[in-house]
Amino acid sequence: MSEYDPELLNVAPGEPHDSMLSETVSYVIGLGLALLLTAISFWVASTTSLWGPGVATGLVVLAIAQMGIHLVFFLHITSGPDNTNNVLALAFGVLIVFLVMVGTIWIMAHMNANMGPTPEMMNLTTQRG
Amino acid sequence: MTVETATIGLTHGGSEDTGLGHRGPESKSIVVPYGFWLFVLSDIVLFSALFATYASLVHATDGGPTASQLFHRDLVAVETMALLVSSFVCGLAMITAKRANLLWTQGWLFLTGLLGLIFLGIELYEFSSMIGEGAGPQRSAFLSSFFTLVGCHGLHVTCGLLWLGTMMAQIWAKGFQPHILRRLLCFSIFWHALDIIWVAIFTIVYLIGTLP
Repeated sequence: MSEYDPELLNVAPGEPHDSMLSETVSYVIGLGLALLLTAISFWVASTTSLWGPGVATGLVVLAIAQMGIHLVFFLHITSGPDNTNNVLALAFGVLIVFLVMVGTIWIMAHMNANMGPTPEMMNLTTQRG
Repeated sequence: MTVETATIGLTHGGSEDTGLGHRGPESKSIVVPYGFWLFVLSDIVLFSALFATYASLVHATDGGPTASQLFHRDLVAVETMALLVSSFVCGLAMITAKRANLLWTQGWLFLTGLLGLIFLGIELYEFSSMIGEGAGPQRSAFLSSFFTLVGCHGLHVTCGLLWLGTMMAQIWAKGFQPHILRRLLCFSIFWHALDIIWVAIFTIVYLIGTLP
């Protein structure tokens, strides 16, 4: 493979490269994107020029994007056929994480809203003192 | 492409294999990282339970200090940088290890550990100053869940640093043998995964928690 092989530039970020330079470049691109997303996250969290209620959602989206960057550029998860097992395991892990987090937050928020102390209970606690 | 040059990251390149087991058992350089990847995913599931606990208890401050009063974003920014660059340098160490370059590999691994130590030092400083202010884990349900979540991540980083030291010693003593490279690959997967978990922590705990 010659130094100027155009095929070298067509390698997906996660694929093993033959050239040390192109492998390093792939990591540098990953670091640059991760730094960019981190900087945007910190900026979004501290600026007042954005619509307040949307900031938290935006931060979660930025975090998920950065996790994707880490998976592709650092952990080398690709869509290639030899990566099927890794991707399927990841998909299952994401499913469980989603169920645990969303399920817990959803149920606990409802319990907080529906099972708060009733006026009678409040009355009892104030009488006890 | 030979099997030896493919031992970086979770991708093993060049083969015509569909990954569906048509050709019988895979080689160790593929099975070992896959098994470790399953462990890492189960570890992430464990953290998701801690995140869910934290999200449920974040407002249960019992009249004590709240998230916005306790957390300093500038410290967290330094921590984030240290861990991110550490993860990147760990990748560079894998590139040089693949080419059996002892000096550069040990140098990059040392830098990885140094940045990890900086991260851990800042975290311990934050914990001790919080406990000094009376905001220890026993103060409220919010603080209990905070120390459990972030402390569990810190414990992982500590274990990772011990593992890193062991790997540096093994590379130095035994050289770049296939089984040593497999262990090093598992370490790098572990270290990158810790950075992914930290992304979730600094977003959910430190940024969303301190929104005005």
